[in-house]
Amino acid sequence: MSGTLHAFTTEVPHWQPRVKPIDLAQASPAQLDALKVTPSNTKVSDYVLVLANDVETLKARTPLFNAIMYNRGGLGRAERELGAVGASVVNRCIYCAAVHASRYNQLTKTQETMQRVFAEGEAAALEPREAAIFRFASKLSKTPSAADGDDMRALRAAGLTDAEILDLILSAALFGWANRLMHTLGDPVAKEGEG
Amino acid sequence: MDASVLPEDDVIARLAGVAPGGAVAAALAGRADILAMTREAAAASLTPQEPGGLSHGERAALAVRIARLHREDDLAAHYAELVARAGATGATAALADPAFKGEGDTRLAALLAYADLVTLAPKDAVAGDIEKLKAAGLGDADVVRLAELVAFLAYQIRVVKGLKLMQATA
Repeated sequence: MSGTLHAFTTEVPHWQPRVKPIDLAQASPAQLDALKVTPSNTKVSDYVLVLANDVETLKARTPLFNAIMYNRGGLGRAERELGAVGASVVNRCIYCAAVHASRYNQLTKTQETMQRVFAEGEAAALEPREAAIFRFASKLSKTPSAADGDDMRALRAAGLTDAEILDLILSAALFGWANRLMHTLGDPVAKEGEG
Repeated sequence: MDASVLPEDDVIARLAGVAPGGAVAAALAGRADILAMTREAAAASLTPQEPGGLSHGERAALAVRIARLHREDDLAAHYAELVARAGATGATAALADPAFKGEGDTRLAALLAYADLVTLAPKDAVAGDIEKLKAAGLGDADVVRLAELVAFLAYQIRVVKGLKLMQATA
């Protein structure tokens, strides 16, 4: 795939599947249910149509993903996105990093944090609370996980409560899952008319 | 009414050694919906009703292997019980050993190469790694089933690891 992107960006690319998406016209009732396709909602991305090849997992995964990223209370939305970006940088999922860095920027109305993350990677010099979150998320994302007691104590020292730390663990871990699907089952390519 | 009582069948809370009635248990009780959905995702990944070309025994053995690659021995032991329950033996049970690379079996060799690479270094995965699975005879649906299994375990193992750290520093 000649147009495949290899550098981090906040411009969300197009995702080109390496595996055949299911044909919506031939989808089974179970697939339509998992895809939440209704007469008024027939827009489904190629990514989700690829995942619909394994309908049982897709059906379990979609509500779980939404709960971890959007449930009320606990860690703020932007900091959950920072956890997602930490994982996506370690796993070099260009597409995931673009989606979640751009959401972080929208939520915080800043660009500097993500500019530093993309330029400096895991060593990015960030403000103390951001740094503790990003460092924990990126170290948890290694295999085997490299996060340790000092990283956990740094989260507490930065003022995170137990409920917030739990949400960070969940969002970073969730992207250990999402990155492994998005980055292996397809390619990020520049949208037409760009780059 | 104690909101910090966690379900006994929650593998994550049990393997992370979450202390009943403690601060970590209380935080988890606040996300009981997520724990429940995680258990459903585990069932969909490990013991689906329609396993397709990846049997329950192979899934369980791959889970042992992936837990071992993460050096999460408790989780590896948990999945070893699932291997036994699935009645897996021979080459299927051998998938649990990271030293076994599927010698002499094209399909198993391809499965293991993908599982190991995407567990240890997903950043290094390229289009050719999916092509190798297809060349070894996996259809599109089985490629997705394998990818979901490997990916779900990466999530579950990190939640256990994170909770252990939380518990150790609580």
